[in-house]
Amino acid sequence: MSTNAPHHTIDVPYLARLARLEVTPEEVEIFGGQLGRILDHVEQMNKLDISGIEPTAHAITVFDVIREDGVTESLPKATILENAPRSANGLFVVPKVLD
Amino acid sequence: MSSFSPFSSIAEARRLLRSKELSPVELVEALEQRIASIDPKIGAYIERDVETAKKEAALADLSKPLGGIPIGIKDAISVAGQPLQSASRILDGYTAPYDATSVARLRASGAIPFGRMNMDEFAMGSSTENSAFHPTRNPWDLNRIPGGSSGGSAAAVAAGTALATLGSDTGGSIRQPAALCGCVGLKPTYGRISRYGLIAFASSLDQIGPLTSTVEDSALLLNAMAGKDPHDSTSLELPDEDFTAEIGRDLKGLRIGIPKEYFVDGMEPGVRSAVDAAVKQLVSLGAEPVEISLPHTEYAVAVYYIIATAEASANLARFDGVRYGRRSSEAKDLLSLYEKTRAEGFGREVKRRIILGTYVLSSGYYDAYYLRAQKVRTLIRRDFDQAFTKVDAILSPTSPETAFRLGEKTDDPLKMYLADIFTIAANLAGICGLSLPCGFSNRDGVDLPVGLQLLGRPFGESRLLRIGHAYEQSTEWHKRRPEPIS
Repeated sequence: MSTNAPHHTIDVPYLARLARLEVTPEEVEIFGGQLGRILDHVEQMNKLDISGIEPTAHAITVFDVIREDGVTESLPKATILENAPRSANGLFVVPKVLD
Repeated sequence: MSSFSPFSSIAEARRLLRSKELSPVELVEALEQRIASIDPKIGAYIERDVETAKKEAALADLSKPLGGIPIGIKDAISVAGQPLQSASRILDGYTAPYDATSVARLRASGAIPFGRMNMDEFAMGSSTENSAFHPTRNPWDLNRIPGGSSGGSAAAVAAGTALATLGSDTGGSIRQPAALCGCVGLKPTYGRISRYGLIAFASSLDQIGPLTSTVEDSALLLNAMAGKDPHDSTSLELPDEDFTAEIGRDLKGLRIGIPKEYFVDGMEPGVRSAVDAAVKQLVSLGAEPVEISLPHTEYAVAVYYIIATAEASANLARFDGVRYGRRSSEAKDLLSLYEKTRAEGFGREVKRRIILGTYVLSSGYYDAYYLRAQKVRTLIRRDFDQAFTKVDAILSPTSPETAFRLGEKTDDPLKMYLADIFTIAANLAGICGLSLPCGFSNRDGVDLPVGLQLLGRPFGESRLLRIGHAYEQSTEWHKRRPEPIS
């Protein structure tokens, strides 16, 4: 089954760009074939009549979860910055965004 | 200390601790000794902090329900001050700044978190081969996978190198490895246990749960962890419940649903015969079998791989090299910092799922894929609602096959995904599920464990545990030990 060309094609470089993910030419080829075959399988959903069916986002539905809007403790800034790849002056450091 | 058997249940270890035959520090030491001698063959652990565990053991309060019990924690669940990576390179260097609520509650019950358990990267996989660290091997045959994604958690319990562990289950990631390794795994109802501190994979499907050597132990861990948490708005406010309360009661009058769609061709013959025998055993214990139908079963894999990848692509956007974990040293600007960090940090299966998730959510495809999948999810949920008007639990194999060989499916993700057919519907419907040992199947000359899955209605864990315990105690399967590590 996996040797046949899939019916679906998928623009891997475009999607990788949307996902902020650099992909190699080898990955483009591998993912293209594999994801095409997965989409071929997914197509079977089209057999079903879903008119009038509400979508399920969460299986166990809870509505209007509300709590008091109070000030509570949060983690200390120093603890959070300890995990940062780069920080300075209590801030995360990233490459220059504006010239 | 000589009386400590590495395969003890929590209940047995508790007895030894309370009678002072063993101190909590000695228990940690004995466990560490066993891990050091056996785990190099299995690879269930990523890392252990023995000194911290011993310090905590020295302070253990034995009057608490889990006082002095070490528990292995899947590498996706935060333990304050310990490294946490979801078995991914993208979290190199990350230390959890706080305890997950599940871990904090285990501590409040006296337990000691001990050991980071190996897993598939970001819980994406069914074999633990996708770990960035190393694969984990099945204690019953070291050439085979332990299942996944909580493969380390399951293999350690089966190998007697952990009394109990935590896992997480998004599409079967507790139940399937429990089945393939021959231990007990419980996926609680969605919302039963707080997900705060669990690294998210698919937020509408993820649920934390225990892997243990007995059904009763799973009930003990659920007792400790269940309950509403202000940090997780999807955790539910429910009346306090003792999940051991129904354990020991008989099965007379309970109806067990046998879904005809789950017993089709293509199943490993040894799995089929073990599960058929389990049905007979339950009937002999007083349960009544009822044939039921879950007509939308065949769509579950498709729906799952759309919803789970969509949610994953959104959840994993946070790993961008800015606030925590790894950052590429090749970046020239902010965009390449994102793109290169993610390219270097994520493994192949994670990239594949991010791309698929991005596709199904992208403009022009959202309605055809994501929205349609959510609607079919409604149909799958209704199947279960219908079934549970007629039965107390639904029975099936946990997996259509026993443990496969390392490398056997790594090049064919669809084949790997299709083997999740029996477990993923429970996550889509939010219901609870239990896997427990129900025999062995001879595959290529090796006896490998078979898992029996029991599914229960939302918040029906007590009933499931009662059925599971009655079955377990009437059989000898849970007493058999893997030979390769003995």
